[in-house]
Amino acid sequence: MQPLLRVENLVKHYVARRSAGPREKLAALDGVSLSIAPQSTLALVGESGSGKSTLAQCIACLEHPTSGSIWFEGLDVAALDEGQQRKIRPRIQLVFQDPARSLNPRWTAIEIVSEPLLVRQHSSKQEREDRALELFDRVAIPRKLARRRADELSGGQKQRLAIARALALEPKLIILDEALSALDCSVQAQISNLLLELQSSLGLTYLFITHDFAMAAHLADQIAVMDRGHIVESGPAENILRSPGHEATRSLLAATLPFTETPDVRVAP
Amino acid sequence: MTPILEVNNLHVAYCARTREICPALVGVNFVLGPGEILGVLGESGSGKSTLAASLLQLLPPNGKILKGKILFEGQNLLEASPEDLRKIRGGRIGLIFQEPSSSLHPTIQVGQQVSDVLAAHQPLDRRTLKEKTSQLFAAVFPAGAERISRSYPHELSGGQRQRVLIAQAIACGPSLVVADEPTASLDPTTQREILLLFQSLSQKFGLAMIFITHNPALLAGLADRILILYAGRVAEIGPTAKVLSSPKHPYTEALMQCLPSHLREDQRMRKARLHVIAGDPPDLSLPAKGCLFEPRCTQRMEVCKGSEPPAAAVSELHEVSCFKFAG
Repeated sequence: MQPLLRVENLVKHYVARRSAGPREKLAALDGVSLSIAPQSTLALVGESGSGKSTLAQCIACLEHPTSGSIWFEGLDVAALDEGQQRKIRPRIQLVFQDPARSLNPRWTAIEIVSEPLLVRQHSSKQEREDRALELFDRVAIPRKLARRRADELSGGQKQRLAIARALALEPKLIILDEALSALDCSVQAQISNLLLELQSSLGLTYLFITHDFAMAAHLADQIAVMDRGHIVESGPAENILRSPGHEATRSLLAATLPFTETPDVRVAP
Repeated sequence: MTPILEVNNLHVAYCARTREICPALVGVNFVLGPGEILGVLGESGSGKSTLAASLLQLLPPNGKILKGKILFEGQNLLEASPEDLRKIRGGRIGLIFQEPSSSLHPTIQVGQQVSDVLAAHQPLDRRTLKEKTSQLFAAVFPAGAERISRSYPHELSGGQRQRVLIAQAIACGPSLVVADEPTASLDPTTQREILLLFQSLSQKFGLAMIFITHNPALLAGLADRILILYAGRVAEIGPTAKVLSSPKHPYTEALMQCLPSHLREDQRMRKARLHVIAGDPPDLSLPAKGCLFEPRCTQRMEVCKGSEPPAAAVSELHEVSCFKFAG
């Protein structure tokens, strides 16, 4: 099957600015290739600083890669100019880690969800709000909370709101950048159920960025492990879990303490 | 064994702008033995940070300890003078907060910041101070202690900054360390390293610890006992293995089921819907009647609506506040 997204040999260099000395080049992405089949989930697992978020930003057209290509729906996103990218952007949406920081606390819930619809011209305020209310139903936010400000909602409700905003323009691909990491475990379970339900009803494709191997193992079809700008291992989720091949994968797996199996064994110092 | 810390019937409340009283902790009881690690597990709003702050009376101005007793090494901290409290904080009780980046001064070398803690509590001359500081750095950093002590916070990684805070917390040889979500902003590998450090320090110096977190997985290899907070009440307290693998309180049970049954050989559970706890945590500003978990509980009984359940022992050291186990 034709993949929905195919990243080929992507390179992104940042120039580290130091007050003295020569400028250092930092390769955040050093030849990354991956592909995601439609309606599936790829989990991108790695430690902080391994380049996961840089990759997400390149795919979402928020950063320009240094070289390489990003094929999405038959177009090389990396080679498009600003005007053409504007047409692609609604098709790829992002949900961030901390909903308290990714939502404007002074806006009401309905303002937040109907704002993306402004890019569609010739829509009336009424139409936008009707659509926003439909999205509230989709993510199970009670309609009566529509006029509440974002900072009056609970953590779980805020993350639902961020998901509703991402859904507003009917995207194909949603990048979940640590979207569950900041939530309490009972809320994590609710949001992960919501994500699975939306995936099967709307045919969404997810790029799920995380450092939590447990959640990655639960949600993903494929897992790719990143380490220092490289993808060091990738494949079907069960293969990676059963026989991790790379050092970085093993150390991440070891750090996910599987307490249900060995509850009373103290970790050796 | 005399306990090092004894919390008796602690009630803490916040005063809202509208003069409403919002209880945050209601009748919290627990004891902590010397060298013991107690994990406090609770979700946002359960009162776990309020607990940490009230132990040292560092509550924000609108927070108030209504009644109760906090006996630390035999002394009731709620009756201690401000002068005594100042000596206890950082001296006998070390504190570690969540954000390692905002707990350190950005323009002072971290070595200086650790030796400042020492100097504030002990009259030492410069040479001993320096010696003691480098001993502390050697205790928390496996390598490069000397170089790191001359660094500024922004030059260090999150894990290294957290280690500096740990050095500060143990500087004066406290008998208790209170750590409020100390690893929340770290990635899992670093998290694990910090947990191992906590464990070895606790063993080496016989430190008692209160480790506050919302992540049950962290407590598995670390804590001796776990205290589960729900809506400002102790739902369950008991040995780690028992609480995690055979929880008694319906809330603890439901919470454990929320976790993905990851990494098991059985792959059929993948992409399955996770168990969730129906409903939302209660609004604590409303008057409480009956068990606060009752509206969300799948095992509720008639008696649960009437009054709050008392704590009942189910086995040695294992107490549960639920009518299923009451008399």
